[in-house]
Amino acid sequence: MTIDVPRIITSRFDRDDSFTLSGYEATGGYQALRKALASSPQAVADEVKTASLLGRGGAGFPAGVKWGLAPENVWPRYLVVNGDESEPGTYKDRMLMELDPHQLIEGVLLACYGIGCGQAFLYVRGEMPLAQERIAQALNDAYAAGYVGKNILGTNFSVDVILSWGAGAYIVGEETALIESLEGNRGMPRLKPPFFPAAKGLYMQPTIVNNVETLSNLPWIINNGGEAFAALGAETSRGTRMFAVSGHVKNPGVFEVEYGVSTFRDLIFKPEYAGGILGDRELKAFIPGGASAPWFFEEHLNLPLEKVTVDRAGSMLGSGAIVVMDETTDAVKSCLRIVRFFARESCGKCTPCREGTTWLEQILQRIYDGYGRPTDLDLLMDVSDNISPGISWPPKQTTICPLGPSAVSPIASAMKRFRPEFEARIAFAEQNRSSVPVDFPKAASHA
Amino acid sequence: MARLTAENVELATEIIGHFPRPKSALIPLLHLAQEQDGHLTDDAMVHIADLVDVTPAEVLGTASFYEMFKMEPVGRYMVNICTNISCQLRGGEELLEHAENTLGIRPGQTTADGLFTIEDVECIAACTEAPCLQVNYRYFHKITNNEFDELISELRSGARSDIPAHGTLAQVRQHIPADRQAGSVVPENTEVPVWLSVSEDGNA
Ligand SMILES: Cc1cc2nc3c(=O)[nH]c(=O)nc-3n(C[C@H](O)[C@H](O)[C@H](O)COP(=O)(O)O)c2cc1C
Ligand code: SF4
Ligand code: FES
Repeated sequence: MTIDVPRIITSRFDRDDSFTLSGYEATGGYQALRKALASSPQAVADEVKTASLLGRGGAGFPAGVKWGLAPENVWPRYLVVNGDESEPGTYKDRMLMELDPHQLIEGVLLACYGIGCGQAFLYVRGEMPLAQERIAQALNDAYAAGYVGKNILGTNFSVDVILSWGAGAYIVGEETALIESLEGNRGMPRLKPPFFPAAKGLYMQPTIVNNVETLSNLPWIINNGGEAFAALGAETSRGTRMFAVSGHVKNPGVFEVEYGVSTFRDLIFKPEYAGGILGDRELKAFIPGGASAPWFFEEHLNLPLEKVTVDRAGSMLGSGAIVVMDETTDAVKSCLRIVRFFARESCGKCTPCREGTTWLEQILQRIYDGYGRPTDLDLLMDVSDNISPGISWPPKQTTICPLGPSAVSPIASAMKRFRPEFEARIAFAEQNRSSVPVDFPKAASHA
Repeated sequence: MARLTAENVELATEIIGHFPRPKSALIPLLHLAQEQDGHLTDDAMVHIADLVDVTPAEVLGTASFYEMFKMEPVGRYMVNICTNISCQLRGGEELLEHAENTLGIRPGQTTADGLFTIEDVECIAACTEAPCLQVNYRYFHKITNNEFDELISELRSGARSDIPAHGTLAQVRQHIPADRQAGSVVPENTEVPVWLSVSEDGNA
């Protein structure tokens, strides 16, 4: 059965000229902008609300509602576009920026018009020069054609869209850290409250931060109406969404599917999607929404890719990143790799995360290396509990931002399901302890 | 080396002009300096401090937070190999090991001829194309050991003119023509945007 759903945001991906202005205009580009300018800003905001478009950056907050959170009568307002894509497993914003930059720019303009933002900043991840180049060219062309800048298409709507970019720091994807970075500072998150961007964001002004994929939906929504968008998908998850399926699958890829309808099983096993597990081996686990998400297992395969359903089942769709691990996967090794990521990327602003993630990595490393101690498993849980009290879902946090608790997700998942693998490594270490030289060699750097 | 060249000061001034506050141009200007010299020199950071009107310590404070900024010279080619989860599952660590053996260096080190630095990096948003790497942030998807060796010999022989030396990111820049620029909106400008005060039947 093929699923008959319009491609909303990837519709131009097969065209060679998808990233050019002429290619964009030839396929309906900037028609939504014309339509919006012929109606009121409020009408644009209303369509987005009707569409029930959920944010695609990770938290899944409704875009229309977010737009309404900017306090009335506080000006200026800014729009910040989050193109920092760096959650492990996630690959879709880079594609949208490289292959259809004008669609994103048109989305940015629609948002600025609807929200009343005086200036927009498009922040692209530093490690993505092709995306930066395509957006720069697209902006230059769009300015020249009168779509961006002063008196857009001859109206009194004027807004500059400024391309900026980062320099390598996962945490800058967090919206308040991104704002710090845009102000020229170290990318460390701000405490919320009081620094909710919609109230106090860039330069302490009301700022709407939206993800690249979120905004790329806007031209279609304005062209076809919010109702047409909301007619696709399920209960709490409307429209379509891009999912990257990676890891141990036959045909890893990025797929735009109807949101909330297809199941994990569809995406992982159907031939038109990832095509099943590599070598027809058994599934061991999968991550449903990027490295920060708790792992899912066989019994979750039939869940629909629907926000609330997945939240209730104890994880999240996050940034649309499904990572599949087959039966040959070493749970300790995978867990260690993800924890190491969070330890490396902790910005260091708060103690439970800075110290805690470092300890979690070190403990896991020694378990993996065969020097684990029988008390280490309790210690792992104890340190985790200090970062995320109760180790529950959704996570509680003793930290400023959710990065710290994210490091707990793989540990809680792997320990719940694969504890014997951890125990086996520790038992092995115990057995061999007498054979470990008393002054076993230290890493070269400590010699 | 070096303060920014006259040509780069001109570019820097243009970039600063895109933002409501000069300091917002700091990261783009640091990239400009790194493009000029291959890494960040003290002189360039002092110069940038002048340009955006902050202290050199503040510039260093920001620069030192971000992994792409190198305070010491690195190879002409930065080879960044991803070993994060999706790549780990598909041979990223083995690819890194192969790279270490081929080039005779460990992550963070540079070959004696100054050509290559390798790094063991976090996810680079190409997870479905694992194992993958970047050379000066240009992507190479689904790389085998043989393809890696080929790539290295091409780079060595100068056959990859499509990959500029370390420091250069996008080769197209945003330029806003003066007659098209709406102008930065500074936070002190509390006016209601004009287009919000139009009638229900639109703006045209
Ligand atoms: C540690 C961390 C990293 C994040 N990284 C990203 C990212 O790379 N891209 C992104 O769009 N959102 C990221 N987010 C979510 C943003 O904070 C924010 O919710 C999002 O950009 C809002 O856009 P949306 O409402 O359109 O989804 C991250 C959040 C956290 C806590
Ligand atoms: S939780 Fe970690 S990343 Fe987030 S602010 Fe605290 S130290 Fe920084
Ligand atoms: S995990 Fe390697 S590119 Fe994402």
